[in-house]
Amino acid sequence: MVDRFAPGARVRTRRTDPPHHTRLPRYARGAVGTVVEPQGRHPLADDRARGLTSAPQTVYAVRFPARELFGEGDHAVVLDLWEDYLSPAEPGAEEEQPG
Amino acid sequence: MSGDHAGSSAALAARVRHVEALLERRGLIDPVELDRALTAFLSKGSPAAGARLVVRAWLDDGFRRRLLADANAALPEVGLSMGGGLQEQRLKVVENTVTQHNVIVCTLCSCYPIALLGPSPTWYKSEGYRSRVVRDPRSVLREFGYDLPGDVAITVWDASAESRHMVLPRRPPGTAGASEQELLGLVTRNGLIGVAPV
Repeated sequence: MVDRFAPGARVRTRRTDPPHHTRLPRYARGAVGTVVEPQGRHPLADDRARGLTSAPQTVYAVRFPARELFGEGDHAVVLDLWEDYLSPAEPGAEEEQPG
Repeated sequence: MSGDHAGSSAALAARVRHVEALLERRGLIDPVELDRALTAFLSKGSPAAGARLVVRAWLDDGFRRRLLADANAALPEVGLSMGGGLQEQRLKVVENTVTQHNVIVCTLCSCYPIALLGPSPTWYKSEGYRSRVVRDPRSVLREFGYDLPGDVAITVWDASAESRHMVLPRRPPGTAGASEQELLGLVTRNGLIGVAPV
């Protein structure tokens, strides 16, 4: 099994406002952060909440500067985010670990 | 952050009982299994368990590194586990240092390592804490009486998925000669969440 993102990869969170349950907090939408490490593989919360079957996918701890999230602050926030919430910050700059 | 806790708690408790009764009537849960799971889950967790992990990490650097690298694998070394519920939860332990301080929150709900530490404080579940600590942790810490020096960076960990988090506080200065029992007495629940130094 290959994780899509390696520690240190720059990722951008989804910006969409889904009509269903999601566990990407609003304050972290459309933000660029750095992958800290994988946090296991779990079925997507958005699907489970709707009674849909979901194959486990990697959840990543991703670090964001406060300024990126709120426009101010000297701290950082780390969120645990499902892979589906993330895309490479620079298209084509995806880092895949060799199997 | 105050409010009619008695009124809203009673209403919420009534709704929970109603949902539980419905699930039971539809054969979706077995009340005996539920009681067993709840008893096992709640009886083992307490802040003292967290204190044991912290003190062991202070006294044994190898254990400290193993706890930070893979807490679930390290817990059994001290006779602890994150099991007891329907599935074992992943535990992430984050270390405070001279330059780095960590605080835990669940902005989406109130996720907390109950299996290890027991129930969370009421304030941890409040909208005030959950909404403010990600935005201005320094001010929130000050309200808890903890004035963090300006040269210490803060990282707030939002438990937004399946992992549960615990802070490994710094060993207080001047405790080099303290016994293990004395050290255990220094660790508080607030310190394990990150709103106190230890």
